[in-house]
Amino acid sequence: MSLFKHDLDPAEVVAKSREDRYSANYIIQSLFSDFFEMHGDRLQGDDPSIVSGVAMLNEQPVTIIAIDKGITLDEKIAKRNGSPTPSGYRKAQRMMHHAEKFRQPIITFINTPGAYPGKEAEENGQGEAIAQSILTSMKVTVPIIAIIYGEGGSGGALALATADEVWMFENATYSVLSPEGFASILWKDGKRSDEAARLMGLTAAELADEGVIDYVIPEGWTKRRLMRLVQVRLERSIERLMKLDPNELVSRRQQRFRKF
Amino acid sequence: MGAVHQFKNEPSDAAKRVPDGLFVDCPYCHTHFYEKQLGKYKVCPNCGYGFRLTAQERLAQVLDADSFVETNAELSLQNPDFPGYADKLHKAQRTTHLRDAVMTGTGTIKDQPVALGIMDSHFVMGSLGTIVGEKITRLFELALQEKLPVVLFTASGGARMQEGIQSLMQMAKISGVLARFQQAGLFYLVVLTDPTTGGVTASFAMDGDVTLAEPHALIGFAGRRVIEQTLHEKLPEDFQRAESLKQQGFVDEIVKRENLADTIAKLVRLHRRNEA
Repeated sequence: MSLFKHDLDPAEVVAKSREDRYSANYIIQSLFSDFFEMHGDRLQGDDPSIVSGVAMLNEQPVTIIAIDKGITLDEKIAKRNGSPTPSGYRKAQRMMHHAEKFRQPIITFINTPGAYPGKEAEENGQGEAIAQSILTSMKVTVPIIAIIYGEGGSGGALALATADEVWMFENATYSVLSPEGFASILWKDGKRSDEAARLMGLTAAELADEGVIDYVIPEGWTKRRLMRLVQVRLERSIERLMKLDPNELVSRRQQRFRKF
Repeated sequence: MGAVHQFKNEPSDAAKRVPDGLFVDCPYCHTHFYEKQLGKYKVCPNCGYGFRLTAQERLAQVLDADSFVETNAELSLQNPDFPGYADKLHKAQRTTHLRDAVMTGTGTIKDQPVALGIMDSHFVMGSLGTIVGEKITRLFELALQEKLPVVLFTASGGARMQEGIQSLMQMAKISGVLARFQQAGLFYLVVLTDPTTGGVTASFAMDGDVTLAEPHALIGFAGRRVIEQTLHEKLPEDFQRAESLKQQGFVDEIVKRENLADTIAKLVRLHRRNEA
């Protein structure tokens, strides 16, 4: 990982990952054309923290599932700062089935502190919704590429990160729990979150070393160049993954996680 | 997976901590009664709540005598490098006589052959780490090979914090083999016991073909305290309890301990696959 500057302490990376540097909409508009947003889980509602739909990546139709925190206060309230409800995860599952039907690759974009911890979310089966998203991801016969572009918070992130390839922005994080939650569970002191961040191995470079992440997207350039880099890389990876036999693709995905 | 800390300081098994002949409190209905009234199934005589069992106690309650063949019993974490973790594991291993938080193997339940997994909340709160994930994955792989149904008793505070992201990856690892197991048309029965929370609820605990629960078992994703902090309001008494989950559509049936073995055997018989 000598390519990247690593002046940042993991605690600083945590802070940076929480800045609203990119919205899902900005990323989608930058990488794809003809985006058509699709709403609703077809069961009970539409969770705005999941932005999903179909679009073109160059000449290739793709299905997009993104977790979005929102930028304005109103957006942040509506999207619970990027914490999906069970309905959001069921919308994601609907989109996975949609992609499979039309043999489109799935690209997920992840930025979430975690699945929403609310009374109604529990009553509507938050655990079941995440479990089914992971399980569905382990079955769909089209390529899945997951990109963590901010916070990758626990099961709520994993629900969309059970993929053939998992990429991560250089200043994103991916962890079993927030450093605050981690410190409060292990040491009964949420204020020791900086110390937790250093122990948890939640930065892209550390996760790449563990094989959790396949590719770290360097952030040391303009946003436009960064998006262009991601776009080119996506085109290449998708072309390669689309050539695989669907059964082999699924079995490789299962093997990718079998090693942990 | 904020569920763990809620349970961490609760007495792991009230009945065990009190000498014979003394009173115990039911953690659910708070009734005070003689320990002997718990009976052989360790159930509250007032509300029917099942006290948390060790894996060995559970095994004795459901499996046919002498039918158990344990698998991967010696599997244990080799280099626990998180500060204080090695000591924690050693202590848990000494008190539970397990190497990690799940016991796996094969055996018969009322003559029905099954692959069986029992999670034990007395081992680091039944948390999901690499060894738990590996043993459950191998259990499904074995069951696939032998064409056996899998019966899994869940009990967990969630992810094993000390193992960090590796703990999270176990959810995906188990789901991978589970996908193959489902596609093979084999039967997966989950019995949710007190408590089943966090990453376990958000993966293999909610993937069963049939899902049973014990009376009043706590089952949820997020911890009660985390939710109360988010909402700034008190949650109802029966929140995240088995009875509520049944009403909300996530549990097929709530089964008393004395009926569990019969119910499991019946469900296994009812899901014998007709080959085309």
